[in-house]
Amino acid sequence: MQWSKKFLTSAVLMASASMIAPAAMSDTIRIATEGAYAPFNFIDSTGKPGGFDVEIAEALCAEMQASCEIVTQDWDGIIPGLRARRYDAIIASMSITEERERVVAFTNPYYSNVLAFIGPAGSEMSTDSESLAGKTIGAQRATIAGQFLEDNLGSVVNVRLYDTQDNAYLDLASGRLDGMLSDKFPAYDWLQTDAGNGFEFKGEDIDIDDKIAIAVRLNDTELKERFNAALEAIVENGTYAEINARYFPFSIY
Amino acid sequence: MSELIIQLSQWLLTLTQGAEPWDSYARYLPRLMDGVWVTLQLVVVSGIVGFLMAIPIALMRISKSPWLWIFPYCYIFFFRGTPLLVQIFLIYYGLSQFESLRNLGWIWTDVLSQPYWCAIIAFSLNTSAYIAELFRGAILAVPKGEVEAAQSLGISRRKQYQHIILPRAFGIILPAYGNEVILMLKGSALASTITLLDLMGATRGAIARTYMSLEFFLLAGLLYLLLTAVLIGFFRLLENWYNAHQHAINMSLEKVDPQLRDKHLEDNVR
Repeated sequence: MQWSKKFLTSAVLMASASMIAPAAMSDTIRIATEGAYAPFNFIDSTGKPGGFDVEIAEALCAEMQASCEIVTQDWDGIIPGLRARRYDAIIASMSITEERERVVAFTNPYYSNVLAFIGPAGSEMSTDSESLAGKTIGAQRATIAGQFLEDNLGSVVNVRLYDTQDNAYLDLASGRLDGMLSDKFPAYDWLQTDAGNGFEFKGEDIDIDDKIAIAVRLNDTELKERFNAALEAIVENGTYAEINARYFPFSIY
Repeated sequence: MSELIIQLSQWLLTLTQGAEPWDSYARYLPRLMDGVWVTLQLVVVSGIVGFLMAIPIALMRISKSPWLWIFPYCYIFFFRGTPLLVQIFLIYYGLSQFESLRNLGWIWTDVLSQPYWCAIIAFSLNTSAYIAELFRGAILAVPKGEVEAAQSLGISRRKQYQHIILPRAFGIILPAYGNEVILMLKGSALASTITLLDLMGATRGAIARTYMSLEFFLLAGLLYLLLTAVLIGFFRLLENWYNAHQHAINMSLEKVDPQLRDKHLEDNVR
């Protein structure tokens, strides 16, 4: 009886300690990425997560001299997972938005994103709302592109929202979609592949002042500051530019 | 444990406190209700189509000729043996890979390119395999005496099936069929993976904008429960009406004319 009481008390203490202690106190930082957003994060041929986000995460961890564990998590559950403490940070090309800032804290941005329309190559497709009227346009659910579509064109175009970017590409290729709205850099990557061969960017880029940052839990200020310091360091010492050049011929910072 | 109880009660408070959650509920509840309507359509349409398809499949399945039973055997084996999600993806993303299919005119533009019809096709095929298997068992379970009575009256085989065996089999599968429709209702949540805004799709849309995952999943769960309750009620009524002869046994014998009372019937009731 005595033993079980002691055990219970210590279990409660341990549980509450892990609730209160910021993740930065522990040696391992668990970082979530999506793994379906090439070239920023994807699952490589050996089954491990790779890509720009993952390389930035590894560079940051090296800079902070912390050991990191990178896990993958479906996009629409990625913020709930952070809040449920299944991991400590999200490095998954996540845009800073007002809605998200209410539930998570963001570090300084590590790149800037613009949106772009993609459509069949050679077709005449204007991207103003009059010419898009009645067309079926796709985007990934729970993304800036999806929200932009719903908020600005939701009443004129037929919006289709997909679980993953890859599924939206499949439907673009099959002709179910007249076009899609996407973050420009991953779309740039897809357009270089065989599947993206017959498609091109349409119209002007949409600059939505979209900054991409690392998300941590709201009260995890210490971890946030550590990420910010490390980010500044890798931009200064050239590690960032090195990683950037491996993915894009232009700077995305 | 006490920590958990405190957190739970705090969370319950935040569910209703402040204007913000109520704004979100007010904003997204109508979309969830649209989703309920789509879910109902999916279940009812595929429930009926699947049922109609199941009858010929079951009749072929019980045939003794291998030429007739081999096709339904493989069909049932495939649709019962693979996950519904795989079947939906095969029909939605798989079929669209064939160039020739995309040149079929209205079959592509109005049916196969639409997520709504792809979902209905997938659900109908899936549920028909299960219902056919129910029917097969039920047809074999129709009492031999009834079939022999029909034969002795010189009723043709076609008429036997039409008026005796199939109606009897329907009565036998009714409870299991209701069960299958309820399973289909829950399976229909997978339609949200092919961009359809059913109840699950609308819920995921609301969560994508508000990040109130627990709240909206609970709400969706509640709405699914309500739908299930409606289906259970419907099938209960249908069964009471269709299988009324089985429920008549509850009739009090006291009300029957004493002269009609016989030992055999009374023993049966007991």
